[in-house]
Amino acid sequence: MKKRYSYSIILLRELVRTDFKLRYQSSVLGYMWSLLRPLMLFTILYFIFVHFAGTIKGIHAPAVYLLLGIVLWNYFVEVTSGSVAAIVSKGDLLRKINFPKYVVIVAGSFGALINLGLNAIVIGFFMFLNHVPLTAHALLIIPLVAELFIVALGAAFLLSALFVKFRDVSYIWEIAMQAGFYLTPILYVITILPVKVSKILILNPLAQIIQDARHALVTTNTQTIAQLYPGKPWVWAVPVGIVLAIAVVGGLYFRKRSKSFAEEV
Amino acid sequence: MKPRPSDSVISVEHVSKDFLLPHEKTNSIKGAFVGMYKKHSKTHEVQHALHDINLEVKKGEFFGIVGRNGSGKSTLLKILAGIYQPTEGSVRTIGKLVPFIELGVGFNPELTGRENVYLNGAMLGFARKEIDAMYDDIVAFAELERFMDQKLKNYSSGMQVRLAFSMATRAEADMLLVDEVLAVGDADFQRKCFEYFRQLKKNNKTVIFVSHDMGAIREYCDRGVLIEGSKIILSGKANQIADEYTRLFIPSDKHENAQRSKERVGNGKLRFVGVEFPRRVTAADKHITIVLNIQSKDSVPAGTRIGFKLSDPMDRPLMGTNNELAGEYTRAMKSGDKYELTYRFENLLNEGKYSLEVLAESADGEIYDWWVGAAACVVYKEKRTGYPVEPAISLKMKKI
Repeated sequence: MKKRYSYSIILLRELVRTDFKLRYQSSVLGYMWSLLRPLMLFTILYFIFVHFAGTIKGIHAPAVYLLLGIVLWNYFVEVTSGSVAAIVSKGDLLRKINFPKYVVIVAGSFGALINLGLNAIVIGFFMFLNHVPLTAHALLIIPLVAELFIVALGAAFLLSALFVKFRDVSYIWEIAMQAGFYLTPILYVITILPVKVSKILILNPLAQIIQDARHALVTTNTQTIAQLYPGKPWVWAVPVGIVLAIAVVGGLYFRKRSKSFAEEV
Repeated sequence: MKPRPSDSVISVEHVSKDFLLPHEKTNSIKGAFVGMYKKHSKTHEVQHALHDINLEVKKGEFFGIVGRNGSGKSTLLKILAGIYQPTEGSVRTIGKLVPFIELGVGFNPELTGRENVYLNGAMLGFARKEIDAMYDDIVAFAELERFMDQKLKNYSSGMQVRLAFSMATRAEADMLLVDEVLAVGDADFQRKCFEYFRQLKKNNKTVIFVSHDMGAIREYCDRGVLIEGSKIILSGKANQIADEYTRLFIPSDKHENAQRSKERVGNGKLRFVGVEFPRRVTAADKHITIVLNIQSKDSVPAGTRIGFKLSDPMDRPLMGTNNELAGEYTRAMKSGDKYELTYRFENLLNEGKYSLEVLAESADGEIYDWWVGAAACVVYKEKRTGYPVEPAISLKMKKI
């Protein structure tokens, strides 16, 4: 049992390292793309939504506000969309050697986490430019990222295991991510919606995480779950409960199915 | 056969494996729904790949698994490696087991040779530190010192195999599962492989070896099992297993016609009416005789070439001749004329199945009858080496 565990660690390290090396191979700018890609996307969205559409208003540093939302959302998309075909694409390997399958998914998740770390540097830079003060309050970002990590990983387990049997999953998830992008207050401040609607939307763990992160890092002048449900701190248990449910269901389903991956992919 | 847990490091008890083969693979949600409605119709068929397999391997044993293609031996190997789960029964292994179902598992063409060593090493369960310690040795054995910082995609296939094999042979494990794929490649590579097997045997490693090569089975294995039709039909000493395996290929009389190929072309002015070729040859047969009977259906000019070609078990042409090369010429024939040609050669054949092809053509190349696979014979020898040693080759040795 202990041996199996150390095998997982060895494999995990090597897979993360390999993915990282391969990601921007034979591109001139290499790792710079980790930073440039979200930055360029951000620039486009910034001009459209902050300047023209004006859906992000009444915020002290709209650029940082928007960038943080995009970066956190992109992490979730990267982990989940990247994992859908992760097991199937390793089919050849699965038929040749017996290794802990979950490592493949966890490795993808850590790869994205490294990316998130790089993006955090950009966010820090923008915070500095926009004179956003860094307070002790910012430490709240750690449990929030942990929550994001767990929900993304749980979803990744579920999606990758489902995809082995049902290839529809990739199409469904693509659409779901598009819908999710607009249902999550990334490109707009949540206050432009009717309170009733925002009260429902904030129960989505991604919306809760992004709003809480903005509250912790950028500006207290934003609506979080605590402000939408004043005096009802237990409501917080809803998104957290969803996160845990996804993690448990995803993890258990993956574990149950992983034994027969080799025969089915 | 009750396994004794004290000295067996691998024990397989009552293992069966069934594969569900869907007639139409349910790979979409719609398919799954449709499948639910059609519950009563048969949507899949069960393939019994293995049935009630029992075996135990003791520490330090070289254990062979032999069987024809499709007999289930690869499935068994994959179950031993933990890649497939048995439908029934249990597999127990004690110690670190490294499977070599294929060389270079996880090799990535976009990475350098060095990076691939670490990646493949991790797949086999070695930490960076452990690889660091064996790295120079791996590279030296593969003879790739100058290429380690090049991407694998720029390696020739021979270089890739060398690197992968070098990795495999440096893997320190208590038990190894070796599929015959290890022994493919050029002669030099095969020599290295067999050198490695000898070393494994010397070091008392536990090895499970799957092969079609009865020579290797006889030479390296202590014991083994023969699998045929998903079941173990024989379990015993390596020589017994190899003998029985070879016997599987001796055609029985009722299948004789099926053994003969229909691949036959030509204008039919002359036809082979009889091809005599022994179906079974042992070391006791000092000579092999081929008798060809040919009959004319039309008048043909003199100088017909009548010959044969013998192909070895790998289907490579081995030998052949015709009457013209042997200095014999036919006369002009009219309808109904017959010739009988008897070829005889020393039994230099090694173990395996040989197939015979016969041809009758005119002096200027008009094909009368060309029959590929006209007959086949199975050569069966107790002692097997990589090359024939019979009939006896004389040797005089003295110190000078």
